[in-house]
Amino acid sequence: MKKKVISQAYLIAIIAFFYLPIIYVVVFSFNDSRSLTNFTGFSLRWYEQMFANRTMMESIYYTIVIAVLATIISTIVGTLAAIGLSKSRRIIKETVTQINNLPMLNPEIVTAIGLMLFFTSLNIQFGFVTLLLAHIIFCIPYVMLSIMPKLRQLDDNLAEAALDLGCTPFQALVKVIIPQIMPGIVSGALIAFTMSFDDFVISYFVTGPGINNISTYVYSSVKRINPSVNALSTIIVVGITIVLVLVNVIPLIKERKKKHETNY
Amino acid sequence: MKSFRRLVYPYMVWAGIFIVIPMLLIVLYAFTREGNSTMTLNFTLDNFIRFFQDEIFIQVLIRSLILAVITTVICILIGYPCAYFIATLKPNSQGVMVLMITLPMWINMLVRTYAWRGILLETGLPEEIKVYIGMVYNFLPFMILQIYTSLSKMDKSLLIAAQDLGCDSRQVFTKVILPLSIPGVISGITLVFLPAVSSFFIPKLLGGGSYVLIGNLIENYFVTTGDWNFGSAISLIMTVVILISMYFTRKFDYDKEAR
Repeated sequence: MKKKVISQAYLIAIIAFFYLPIIYVVVFSFNDSRSLTNFTGFSLRWYEQMFANRTMMESIYYTIVIAVLATIISTIVGTLAAIGLSKSRRIIKETVTQINNLPMLNPEIVTAIGLMLFFTSLNIQFGFVTLLLAHIIFCIPYVMLSIMPKLRQLDDNLAEAALDLGCTPFQALVKVIIPQIMPGIVSGALIAFTMSFDDFVISYFVTGPGINNISTYVYSSVKRINPSVNALSTIIVVGITIVLVLVNVIPLIKERKKKHETNY
Repeated sequence: MKSFRRLVYPYMVWAGIFIVIPMLLIVLYAFTREGNSTMTLNFTLDNFIRFFQDEIFIQVLIRSLILAVITTVICILIGYPCAYFIATLKPNSQGVMVLMITLPMWINMLVRTYAWRGILLETGLPEEIKVYIGMVYNFLPFMILQIYTSLSKMDKSLLIAAQDLGCDSRQVFTKVILPLSIPGVISGITLVFLPAVSSFFIPKLLGGGSYVLIGNLIENYFVTTGDWNFGSAISLIMTVVILISMYFTRKFDYDKEAR
């Protein structure tokens, strides 16, 4: 019994540690004064300032646009590449896997400066294009990684049968292979989205003047105390919590409904 | 089926251009002198000599390694009991706890670190402690989840067997649970140590600029100074150091298994 109390107290302390900064930003985003340590009263002025701040709003816009585009492109490219890879000879399979491991195992800062040097030597101007391209580049290996196990379970005979029954290779791909690996594609897309949405290190090195995502904006505004960053953070916290709750609760409700139906 | 093979060819070209060439460029820059054009490469070891001759750079490298090691150790010491306690809960509560721990990870690392900056602003703690708090905060969830996964995958009948064969609860832990959870700890170490060595925004945000790590050096030489050759050399040195430490971690793992 005593053991149980200790373990529960320990877990509560850990959870409190994890949520402390989140609660802090939410509370102080409603602070009346500039102070980051004294709560002087309730106000919405930092939210007003946030909506009036063009760079801040743009950073949200760019974060979402880049994340959506990078997810779509890297999921399509990654899926096709993974399907091709699973049918390739062993030497190609291993080489590509090793190359894909580079950005996943290397420290992010190394990948970042590599891309920075690369874009410079090609004389590409830093900005939206380099930012998007960099995000696509580092997302694809993660997409492939989450699809490969599904492809290994795939029964080759099904696609073969589809081809024998008169499907074109494209039809076999879309109607037979892709539906079977769909769970892998979806989780790959989710990983790509969160990787892109949260990325700071790579974005910081490859973005150009005037193009900020949320991370690089927060980093650049650290020099001065700017409580509207708390307001921005609160909006992110609320947004992500809603999405996560929906993602986790909807399957539960569906399951319950199913159980309910089968009961009758 | 072979017709699908062709799908990988475009990606091979893509990966060659966008993954391999950038890495080669870092090596190229590290071994050349500043101001070279692509036509006339001046190969040199100056960048490395400069690094290893300057005591300050060596100090920064050692400080980063020590910070990463201590962060990793703290994460194991705090994370292991946490993972263990979670694994002993009822299955439903286990799911809830894992969700509770993953949830903050979805919120941008920079935003969470920025929040810590506000919390710690007037605490008067030394800069180093603030950096440690930020590091542990950001990397602890990875450690907990890795250890938890290896604990929850464990075959529970082994524990019962150990008890039947006369182990007391402490022996069950040290002789059965702990050895079986080592793979989880090792992959936790990889996930904590690697980003901790190279991190640069946590020390910058929480250490107030005076606390310089190897990642900050690289950032400075690329963003502020613009000496990319030296910056590349530093990141190459860092990568080699990481590879060596990872090699020893893995080796430790294999040695344990061999015994």
